[in-house]
Amino acid sequence: MPVIGARLMEESEIRRAVSRIAHEILERNKGAGGVALVGIAARGDDLARRLAAEIQRIEGAAVPVGVLDITFYRDDIGMRAEAPEVHETRIDFDITGRTVVLVDDVLFTGRTIRAALDALVDFGRPTAIQLAVLVDRGHRELPIRADFVGKNVPTRKDEQVRVALKELDGEDAVEVEEPVTASGGGG
Amino acid sequence: MNKHLLSIHDVSAEDVVRVLDTAESFREVGTRVIKKVPALRGRTVVNLFYENSTRTRISFELAAKRLSADVINFTTSGSSVSKGESLKDTALTLQAMGADAIVIRHSSSGSPLTLTKWVKGSVLNAGDGTHEHPTQALLDLYTMRERLGRLEELRVAIIGDVLHSRVARSLSFALVKMGAEVTLVGPPTLIPPDAPAWGVQVSYDIDSVLPKLDVCYMLRVQRERQRQQYFPSVREYARLFGLTCARVSTLPEGALIMHPGPMNRGVEIDSDVADLPNSVIEDQVTNGIAIRMALLYLLLGGTRTDDGEAA
Repeated sequence: MPVIGARLMEESEIRRAVSRIAHEILERNKGAGGVALVGIAARGDDLARRLAAEIQRIEGAAVPVGVLDITFYRDDIGMRAEAPEVHETRIDFDITGRTVVLVDDVLFTGRTIRAALDALVDFGRPTAIQLAVLVDRGHRELPIRADFVGKNVPTRKDEQVRVALKELDGEDAVEVEEPVTASGGGG
Repeated sequence: MNKHLLSIHDVSAEDVVRVLDTAESFREVGTRVIKKVPALRGRTVVNLFYENSTRTRISFELAAKRLSADVINFTTSGSSVSKGESLKDTALTLQAMGADAIVIRHSSSGSPLTLTKWVKGSVLNAGDGTHEHPTQALLDLYTMRERLGRLEELRVAIIGDVLHSRVARSLSFALVKMGAEVTLVGPPTLIPPDAPAWGVQVSYDIDSVLPKLDVCYMLRVQRERQRQQYFPSVREYARLFGLTCARVSTLPEGALIMHPGPMNRGVEIDSDVADLPNSVIEDQVTNGIAIRMALLYLLLGGTRTDDGEAA
């Protein structure tokens, strides 16, 4: 394991951020009607499920949750030594005519979101696509911005932001790490 | 993953699992309204088929197209091969045109390996002579795992013309690699003499094997490859080794019936048997596209060169 740097968010802060984003999604869309959440694997899907649970608690409405793997839409396939590992995609509902909130853990260069937008339109034609992220760390390489942000974090480009979630990592935390290698990092 | 897929021996047990898991994701792509992803945009895949084929060629073609690769189908009739061009010259031509992957089927065992000496791209063996047919074996493994939930300790019989079957060889190697128990069944003349060295059992009596199976895998009698008389008559073969309805009733509950196609209904498999609910022959075809997408993606999605170095 690399040296762990500063902690950016504790468990309680993540909980509050998720709760606030859920409120903001409801406020912006005037309720939960027609809203669907699509999380980007991995960890975006866990966050999407948390947001859905929170919306259920606040509004008493169930919003559909999907998982999207953007591997096949990446712009760097064929530029790495190994083909990127593929995760599950599962969107069991029709996204046409819905407002889809894309959910990811870290917004960085924007390339993951670009790929996700391409992937989503292959599933249908949403009325609108919005973006919710737990952490926005800056350094965009594409004209993309988030609609809902848990926390804005200024970082150096070569630093790595690590999001841990209970569902996958056993704990809730956001940490910034000194660079170890040139690879990795959130999209 | 190796750069080429020539034989099941090129794929480790770990890679087999990786291919099957990746294929799982591509199965999902096949259920979408738009069954296409841009993963291999700008890559060129050549189907080089020196032998007749329907499902394998179409399956590879669909797989490459669903990955957004450009596909060129090259068959021997209507091409310069019918004017006498050698495999080498054809390979060099395709090389000069910038093929990223060549899918080859050839009646001579070992031709895919030979091809790797002349081309820079990945070579995928789509069946060579009586040697191997690795993509068929992988799609069969996927189908078994999907239906039965595991490969380890599965009891599988591969029944029929094992001697001429590249499918039987690849499938036996793959199943043994994944910890399944394989029994080859057929007339002694159609069981390869070196079969015990594959790590499989051999039986000449189909009726004693059927009641103990999870998978009953029937092979086509490959008359076109048989250069001598291996059994007295087709009728006798069908009686001794054909999968009839009566024989199916001796299979355990839930056992799968598989066949790589094309089937000779009434010879190795009764027409009614092929259409039973536990016959998964159509699943095999559907899964074939996902498996070939996974293989093309894993072989072409990285920059690894022959020496295992990243370019």
